[in-house]
Amino acid sequence: MTPEEEAEFVRRRKSRNVVLGLVLGGFVVLFYFITIAKML
Amino acid sequence: MDAPAAPAVRMPAEWRDFFALTKPRVISLVVFTGLCGLLAAPGSINPVLGFTAILCIALGAGGAAALNQWWEADLDKGMKRTARRPLPMGRLGKDDARDFGVLLSAVSVGIMGLAVGWLAAAILALSIFYYAVIYTIWLKPRTPQNIVIGGGAGAFPPLIGWVAVTGDVTLMPVLLFAIIFIWTPPHFWALALFVQTDYAKVGIPMMPVVAGEKSTRRQIFGYSIALLLVSLLPWAIGGTGTIYGIAALALSGTFVALAVPVATRMAAAEDAMKPEKRLFAYSVFYLFALFAALVADRLILA
Repeated sequence: MTPEEEAEFVRRRKSRNVVLGLVLGGFVVLFYFITIAKML
Repeated sequence: MDAPAAPAVRMPAEWRDFFALTKPRVISLVVFTGLCGLLAAPGSINPVLGFTAILCIALGAGGAAALNQWWEADLDKGMKRTARRPLPMGRLGKDDARDFGVLLSAVSVGIMGLAVGWLAAAILALSIFYYAVIYTIWLKPRTPQNIVIGGGAGAFPPLIGWVAVTGDVTLMPVLLFAIIFIWTPPHFWALALFVQTDYAKVGIPMMPVVAGEKSTRRQIFGYSIALLLVSLLPWAIGGTGTIYGIAALALSGTFVALAVPVATRMAAAEDAMKPEKRLFAYSVFYLFALFAALVADRLILA
């Protein structure tokens, strides 16, 4: 892998990880509110 | 021991490519009709659970779309409209697309069942199976009625939204299902009349290619008449008020009026296909407006 390719590799992996983290965080928040809603 | 050759490292796919697999523009229509089913249903649902139901419908539609693109990657490569999708472009591995589709589908059905109800979850699972397997894998490549059958997949969201609120299946949500089911063929065939060359190239038996242009035009008219009748049924059985009734009459009447020039003419060489394009554009507006009228009717008159 050339340095340019490696930089691109790292950039893509990082952006995927960030998006996955946001999605998982979103689910945590959603499940919290679902739990509250189900208790009402 | 010899050192193994350095494995070729494949560039990881961008998250945008996974997002594109879910057909976001289709999802926007699915979310809209699902939300309308939810809002038009008698009774109420906790807003958090209502949001969850719509989210699950969207995730399920995205999963089904990913499975559809996984199966049709080779076909998509051969068509101008779809050749730039992530799979035909090689930006994404086929197995990754399949796994992503299965994961989205499973997550959507699981959350729907736990948070909203298992009847809504079961219908969601059925709709994903219907689109990904019955339509995409089985019938689309085999019969020119594929669009009629495929219409069933797009017709599920308002039914699921309704069931999320009421917890049971009654005549009204089934009629909403029927409206989208009957709307789909004239909507899609109007499009197929002006993009037919692409489908013929990859061997998908679209109606204009198999039955001929004349027959397709006649069928578009037939379905638009059926749509007029079915769209009035929710009003006729007393399921809605006059706001919906008058809107349905005006919107469906216009649909029929725009279908007449499509039905009575034949394309000439170098034809601009104006009536077909007009009917197609109107059909999208029609569905939004009809379902908006349904919700307005319920919110204002109930």
